[in-house]
Amino acid sequence: MSTRLATGGRLLNKSKPLSFTFNGKRLRGFAGDTLASALLANDQMLVGRSFKYHRPRGIVASGAEEPNGLVNLGEEGRFEPNQRVTTTELFEGLAAQSQNHWPSLDFDIGAVNSRLSRFLPAGFYYKMFIHPRPLWKHLYEPFIRQSAGLGRAPTARDADTYEHFYFFCDVMVIGGGVAGLQAAKAAAVTGAKVLLVEQTAHWGGRALVDGGTVEGKPVDNFVEQIVSELETMPNVTLRKRLMGAGVYDHGYVLGYEQLRDHAPDTPGPRHRLWRIRAGHIVTATGAIERPLSFAGNDIPGVMLASAMRDYVVNYGVSSGDRTVVVTNNDDAYLTASALVNAGLRVPAILDARVLAEDSPAMAEAKALGIRVLMGHGIASVKGTKRVTGVGVCSQAGEGAVLEEVACDAVAMSGGWSPVVHLWSHCGGKLVWDQAQAHFKPDVDKSPTGAAGEAFVTPAGAAAGPLHLGDVLTSADQAGKDAAKALGFKPKRRKCPVGETPDEAPMQPVWLMPQGAGAELRSKAWLDYQNDVKVSDVQLAAQEGFESVEHAKRYTTLGMATDQGKLSNINGLATLAGSLGSSIPEVGTTTFRPPYTPISMGAIAGEARGEVFQPIRRTPMHDWHEANGAEWEPVGHWRRPYAYVRDGESTYDAVMRETKNTRENLGLLDASTLGKLIVKGPDAGRFLDMLYTNMMSTLKPGKCRYGLMCSENGFLIDDGVVARIDEDTFLCHTTTGGAERIHQHMEEWLQTEWWDWKVWVANVTEQYAQVAVVGPNARKALEKLGGMDVSKEALGFMEWADGELAGFKVRVYRISFSGELSYEIAVEASQGQAFWDALMVVGHDLGVMPYGTEALHILRAEKGFIMIGDETDGTVIPQDLGLDWAISKKKDDYLGKRALERTHMTDPNRWKLVGLETLSGAVLPDGAYAVGEGINANGQRITIGRVTSSYHSPNLGRGIAMGLVLHGPDRMGEVLEFPGTEGATFKARIVDPVFYDKDGEKANV
Amino acid sequence: MSEPVTALGGVSSDARIAAIAEAPLQGMITLRADLSDSAVKKAAKAAAGADVPGPGTVHLGDESGLCWMSPDELLLLCPYAEVTETLERLQKALVKTHALAVNVSDARASFTVTGPRAREVMGKLCPVDFAPDRFAPGMFRRTRMAQVPAAIWMSADETFRIVCFRSQAQYVFDLLTVAAQPGSEVFSDGKTPALA
Amino acid sequence: MLILTCPVCGVTAEETEFHGGGEAHLTRHGPGSSDDEFQSYLFMRENPRGVHFERWRHVYGCGKWFHAARCTTTLEVFGTYPAQTTEPPKDLRKTISQKRPGWTWRDLT
Repeated sequence: MSTRLATGGRLLNKSKPLSFTFNGKRLRGFAGDTLASALLANDQMLVGRSFKYHRPRGIVASGAEEPNGLVNLGEEGRFEPNQRVTTTELFEGLAAQSQNHWPSLDFDIGAVNSRLSRFLPAGFYYKMFIHPRPLWKHLYEPFIRQSAGLGRAPTARDADTYEHFYFFCDVMVIGGGVAGLQAAKAAAVTGAKVLLVEQTAHWGGRALVDGGTVEGKPVDNFVEQIVSELETMPNVTLRKRLMGAGVYDHGYVLGYEQLRDHAPDTPGPRHRLWRIRAGHIVTATGAIERPLSFAGNDIPGVMLASAMRDYVVNYGVSSGDRTVVVTNNDDAYLTASALVNAGLRVPAILDARVLAEDSPAMAEAKALGIRVLMGHGIASVKGTKRVTGVGVCSQAGEGAVLEEVACDAVAMSGGWSPVVHLWSHCGGKLVWDQAQAHFKPDVDKSPTGAAGEAFVTPAGAAAGPLHLGDVLTSADQAGKDAAKALGFKPKRRKCPVGETPDEAPMQPVWLMPQGAGAELRSKAWLDYQNDVKVSDVQLAAQEGFESVEHAKRYTTLGMATDQGKLSNINGLATLAGSLGSSIPEVGTTTFRPPYTPISMGAIAGEARGEVFQPIRRTPMHDWHEANGAEWEPVGHWRRPYAYVRDGESTYDAVMRETKNTRENLGLLDASTLGKLIVKGPDAGRFLDMLYTNMMSTLKPGKCRYGLMCSENGFLIDDGVVARIDEDTFLCHTTTGGAERIHQHMEEWLQTEWWDWKVWVANVTEQYAQVAVVGPNARKALEKLGGMDVSKEALGFMEWADGELAGFKVRVYRISFSGELSYEIAVEASQGQAFWDALMVVGHDLGVMPYGTEALHILRAEKGFIMIGDETDGTVIPQDLGLDWAISKKKDDYLGKRALERTHMTDPNRWKLVGLETLSGAVLPDGAYAVGEGINANGQRITIGRVTSSYHSPNLGRGIAMGLVLHGPDRMGEVLEFPGTEGATFKARIVDPVFYDKDGEKANV
Repeated sequence: MSEPVTALGGVSSDARIAAIAEAPLQGMITLRADLSDSAVKKAAKAAAGADVPGPGTVHLGDESGLCWMSPDELLLLCPYAEVTETLERLQKALVKTHALAVNVSDARASFTVTGPRAREVMGKLCPVDFAPDRFAPGMFRRTRMAQVPAAIWMSADETFRIVCFRSQAQYVFDLLTVAAQPGSEVFSDGKTPALA
Repeated sequence: MLILTCPVCGVTAEETEFHGGGEAHLTRHGPGSSDDEFQSYLFMRENPRGVHFERWRHVYGCGKWFHAARCTTTLEVFGTYPAQTTEPPKDLRKTISQKRPGWTWRDLT
């Protein structure tokens, strides 16, 4: 059993006990525990079930590489699935639940898959479910979906907050082990601004567990001293619980800081995503131990040797009473010694190597009385939910069991692989190190930055060296190199000398025993989480998936949430073996960020709730809100859709507003319309190029409706242009068009006609603009008092500056409704007061505010087009019968040449018409009219579509506009529009101007 | 005319790691002109009482000043009550020059972020290096603040001034209050690291 | 994510402050141009593996358009220069030649 030892646990605060629950069971741990160490201390080795076969899974590792220990953590607003127990710090009240089993962790129905594993080889799903085709949709997919997925999706809204933080430094060092600390110091003493980050809550990394001396003193002293030194340097920023998640182009690094995962009830954001720009990056990310591939290596109790050592030394936890150590290198001997020194039993060390003489580690183990069997390995592990023993065999043989050794844990070590992820994220290349049997950074092929410079330097174990002395030298050099690359002058300081006992060379072991037969290979796991075994990778190779990327996807090796941190190298070594190639020939799969999964909340940062997106508000926004406005998003603007009164439906409100505007007086908040000032001696010439019609001939004091096309000839915007004076125009754009058209203007002025004398300024938000619309509009303005707004003084399509009720105003007599209408601009800071004044004087005139839906109906009744309804980026002015707004006199304007292209002049382009249903019903928006015959895809031929459709309360029937093949030539014809659910609408082609065809109402 | 109002009515929030407040109405004039033209320099100086600043800088008086927006654009600051008069003076001085001067006072909202941790708050929202050795009073930066454009300068050692579009005032205020939420301190000593 | 230096205001900033605008140095063809010329102007674009000239706008900054010479494979930025020109400046082309001997782009070398 695994348990808490009476002594040991350098990270624990034993005076601070904590209680937590696992699957509802109340358990105890200490401050300083990880959830993994606390579970082990409570003899909870079994923590989950594997993804495919639902095999029992125990804790294997002690850090970010853990593939098995994934739990649902927290409750309700703090619930999160797939949290690694090895990186979760214990806190009071922590609640964890194991995943991927039903009905319980101990008894799981899905484990039947394990019995069937012989029939569920690599690619099983691809092969099995492809035939017969119809079964996929109705049977297979629903079933697979049921059983797919690890953990549960949260249902409650996330109770926490998150944020981003932009940070800039010269040198960023990722990893706070001895290498990171030394590299940071070497860089910092040059004066460079240094950021050092460590993903765990502790400085010093593995060295504090593994031991050794620096300058003759225990490595602990070195760590303590260098940390306190760095802490006093003003140019150094030290962050713990901050993981370097990804390295990107031009020195961009994402840092994932877990602020409150260990203390969820304190106020403040839970995670902070650091968006770092570093001049140079040092990856001091250490190395990860590899498992060995022997039968039964997935049974709970089989762990990485280094992890088992961590649990004893850091947390005072034994993973088992009797532990067999199996290894191909000296490092695992440290575990054997640590266990024995902690009073635990190590019945045997099985060392796959055959060596001429003992290394110091072996000698020490033997001196402790441990039995060491050289040239031996494990044939298979006994047990199901927990190791009960191992069958010992000769590594050179085929797995004949020489003896059985009873044990309840196995510590394995297949050698160490540098963590090259961050080096590789942005294109750093790798090289195979034959002696250590691992891939390490090829320092000559670093990722390159904005100036083509190498911007990442690996340090310590992440660069390849695994022993303390070499690690420190490598890191010191990396820190100096990083600073030097940025122009800082490295100090000639001696690197501290680190010492550990000499080690005998490791020998690569990719399968144990070397000649293991099919039976054993099908039980030798590579990927614990996704259930990929040696036999699966061999099958993939046999079936022709020779590329490592293909084999990965076919077998799902390394595709689980741990992204193959343990399985990758063993998997590709197996693939290489099957293909008869060398490992470097096979190569690695791609390392992609983030290093370990980061929360969606951290990615979103502050962008949630109220600040999810930048909602834009007009100066009268609050009034609208207080007066029943239902909002319509138009770009980021919020415009009132309708003002709904008590007891009224939205539809009723729209009808009421539409009718009232025609009959009495309507007010529309038109502040969102874009307003661009265009000024200069070349302003007229410029606008002639931008609009399809002639603007340079417009007289000061007058307004003209204009259309804008892209160079492609398609309509992009429309609006009324007012000429302010000889040199100055004010161009109105659509709502949401202001920024776009402003940029459009600037683009042409800056990049094509940069010698033209034109200035543009966007004054959209300087003004609140109110459309005062309806038969009583003039009366209302007269009641406000001030400037002359009579027909004579201010005719249709004219504007004037003046005063109304003491407000400084600019009044445009323009109409988008066909009614007598004034659009009045006042300064935004006066907007609400002016609106209030209009509501007061309008009281006796039947004033009602109206929203965008009434605006739409009013304009549709008049056959006025709307950009975005009648246009969709493929519509040209001629399609909409707007030929009158296209100047024939101009030599050039944007879109003119395009409109001469054959497709644009095709007489078969669909053209705008009005549509009236025979029944008076409302046509579905977007419905298509069908013609005779079918097209090449077997679909009905379409001959038109509805672009706008409303019920008109003023006409008492449905009205619509649409684009129809030869439409204007087919007046009176009846078209058929299939709707949804079998309904068909019949509509007659009519003139698009439905109401007041002669325009008498506006002309008063 | 009625009493002019700011977008958010002078809202503020103190119980945070920095004090956030909407600034009172500020006269602002956009001047588009060739800033290398001596007539333009002279007119701008006369109107604002400050020399035309160079790229990335601002020249500030008490309530007036000039901000460098681009090689052909200045943002002129003046007391809100004087904006009409200042604009007229400016336009008159530039009547023979190809220039555009418009009042944008009401098109903008303005905020202050104050306190030892103001730099931290700003650093959460803008992709800009706000370390004391990189950004200081006298500098001017147009950038992105979360999802909207903003112009930023420091009116004192621990005070940032932010100008954004009026329609986005609520968004920017909410952003700042979220970024300054209690418990969101970044550096334990309250000092954004800088080179000595 | 790239960092670019705006040649107009001198600010070096991350990519989110900018907006890409496609290929640089297009010649506008308007009325009077042949169908081929016009189609080429509207639709035909370089798609190089290596040296490329692009348009960028400092959209959240000074608002100005500028040009950048960039390597599409390594993302190295050889330099940026103002938009008011019809071809890349000579000294920039020289710099590129030093870093990428034998480069070509359209008819430039």
